[in-house]
Amino acid sequence: MRLAILTDIHGNREAFSAVLADVERRAVDRIVLLGDIVGYGPDPEWCADKAAALVKAGAIAVRGNHDNAVGDSSETMGKVAAAAMDWTRPRMNEAQRTFLAGLPLTQELGDILFVHASANDPGDWIYVTSAQRAMGSFRVCTSRLIFCGHVHVPALISYGLTGQVQEHEFRIGAAVPLIRSRRWIAVVGSVGQPRDRSPEAAYAILDTGTNELTFRRVAYDVSTTAAKIRAAGLPDALAIRLVKGE
Amino acid sequence: MLRPSEGLEIDGFKLGECLHQGGFATIWDVTHPLYRTPMVMKVPTILDGYDGPTIVGFEVEQMIMPRLTGPHVPRVMGVGDFSVMPFIVTERIPGKSLLQLFKTAPLPISDVIEIAARMAEAIHALHKQHVVHLDLKPDNFLRRETGEIVAIDFGLSRHDELPDLLSEEFTIPMGTFPYISPEQYLRQRDDLRSDLFALGAMIYELATGKMPFGQPERLKGVRKRLWRDPVPPRALVPEIPEWLQEIILRALEVDPNNRYQSASQMLFDLSHPKQVKITARGLKTQRDGFWTVFRRWRKMRKVRRFAAPPTMLSQIDRAPILMVAVDLSAEMEELAHRLLTWVQRMLVIQPDARVACVNVIKTARIGLDPITTDDGENIHVSRLVTLRAWAEKLELPEERLTYTILEHSDPGRALLDYAANNHVDHILMGARGHSSTRRYLGSVSSQVVAEAPCSATVIRLAQTASEADAAAS
Repeated sequence: MRLAILTDIHGNREAFSAVLADVERRAVDRIVLLGDIVGYGPDPEWCADKAAALVKAGAIAVRGNHDNAVGDSSETMGKVAAAAMDWTRPRMNEAQRTFLAGLPLTQELGDILFVHASANDPGDWIYVTSAQRAMGSFRVCTSRLIFCGHVHVPALISYGLTGQVQEHEFRIGAAVPLIRSRRWIAVVGSVGQPRDRSPEAAYAILDTGTNELTFRRVAYDVSTTAAKIRAAGLPDALAIRLVKGE
Repeated sequence: MLRPSEGLEIDGFKLGECLHQGGFATIWDVTHPLYRTPMVMKVPTILDGYDGPTIVGFEVEQMIMPRLTGPHVPRVMGVGDFSVMPFIVTERIPGKSLLQLFKTAPLPISDVIEIAARMAEAIHALHKQHVVHLDLKPDNFLRRETGEIVAIDFGLSRHDELPDLLSEEFTIPMGTFPYISPEQYLRQRDDLRSDLFALGAMIYELATGKMPFGQPERLKGVRKRLWRDPVPPRALVPEIPEWLQEIILRALEVDPNNRYQSASQMLFDLSHPKQVKITARGLKTQRDGFWTVFRRWRKMRKVRRFAAPPTMLSQIDRAPILMVAVDLSAEMEELAHRLLTWVQRMLVIQPDARVACVNVIKTARIGLDPITTDDGENIHVSRLVTLRAWAEKLELPEERLTYTILEHSDPGRALLDYAANNHVDHILMGARGHSSTRRYLGSVSSQVVAEAPCSATVIRLAQTASEADAAAS
């Protein structure tokens, strides 16, 4: 089975559409959304509706901190994120709010665990930014593969037979065999707001048959999204960030 | 975890006799009801407790080997997981490793060249698939009955597109001491040219019967090769031609930048001995003197790494073999000139390219040529002179240029065969203008473009209006 794993869409309709179009062409059997469907971006309604439709059609989805903040105003956030959330919240209708609030924090599929942030205490939104930070996730579960987002910078970390945790370099587009003697955490890059100096939308494809993971990038119309952000009166920093990919 | 034993069945594979018991792994003869190919199973010997290097080495093999294809690697038939019993099943290559052959060194020069070329060919095949082997030695080469050499044991290898499980984990240099390159000693694991160093050491051994750096037992002994040069092969075996010593010592250069830049370029020299440019390396009769070595020691002892190579793939792309098929006939002078301009342009973007200039003498299809042998010789020589004169304007150092005159009844076929045999990366050639005869009979350039085993660029002169009219009529 081939899974397309998308995360941190953040209300970016253009990026989300471009990734879904790319997924269409790559013989994917099932879509996984690792949360943060809304927040930051100018099209939270469209993205939430699209995500709900995908889930209805069989996609797996988990809740991110921004999705949570729509219904939970006590969620702590940075200044820009909070301003964008104040803009997002009133735009969500009842159905969208219910959909986002109803998403589980984790989901499992065989020996794979999906979570928005760190697997240890998923609701605490810990950033998995290093091999050290990944340790907690390996400890709390027995899943062989863990997929998370939240960081907006893709990473691949393994946990070996002798207990060593290693972060690995990888190349975009090259399939990496997730050899079974190790457990793996893949931090999938962001669809709607990449922060690794590339503005292209990020996602990943896991082939459970060949046991290979491919990180992918998809170009999309960044300038349209940036213009929408400015027109909507959202913080200008969010538009600049998209263009620069940081 | 299961331990291998005769009669054990796992994933459909049934273990036969144990063929080899090594320090890190055992090799078993295996059968499978679905496969008729003779097969062997390699099972790593995992000691109780911490055995990191063996485990990771085996993980590396499990990652890399299933991705490799072609006659120069064993075909993988099955892979087993650590949870039950780790193993890799591959086709069984009949015959022994090259180790037996190396034990009989020094070999006759013609055998040395033949085996060296075959090894270079195998290494080139690996490099083209993004893999640098990093542990090349006689035991890790097998020979097929058809002659191709097969590389085995990828436990220390590095795949350009895959995570390097070994790099962060171990801090000691990994490799086999007599053949390990200086940069591997410095723990650089990303340079294709490391394999060329090992190849140079092996050719040295085949030709002289001695290892260029002896058999150091400690790392300290390995380090010496950063400043101490080996005894020149000709000082040990005077029959070794200067050109072969040139090739060997160039491959054994300490700084990877001074070696061959690709296995295919080294293979090219092994196949064109007459065109190897002999430098001081080829003429050397003894090791460098005390002061030279001392100065080198003062410089090298502080070196922590060599200039980082670009990515492996760009390394291959950067050092291509560019084949230029030149039409030397009088009416094609302008086209030949245009072709020269294009070669010059390509050399700007590919400064490490090596240029193989080729010209074909078309011979009669059936029977003997009307020209006598003497005339034939004359034509051959005069063509060579013209070809050299054409290429001189490229102003390339001699060692990066070769000239070949081919004789064939079918020029297109001759060019294509030459390109395939010499692992050419890019063919450049001129095309004559359009004409109706050409349209019906087909031109050499269109045949080459259609069947080339690599990229091909055709240079054509811009048509004048009257020529276009003539072609259209």
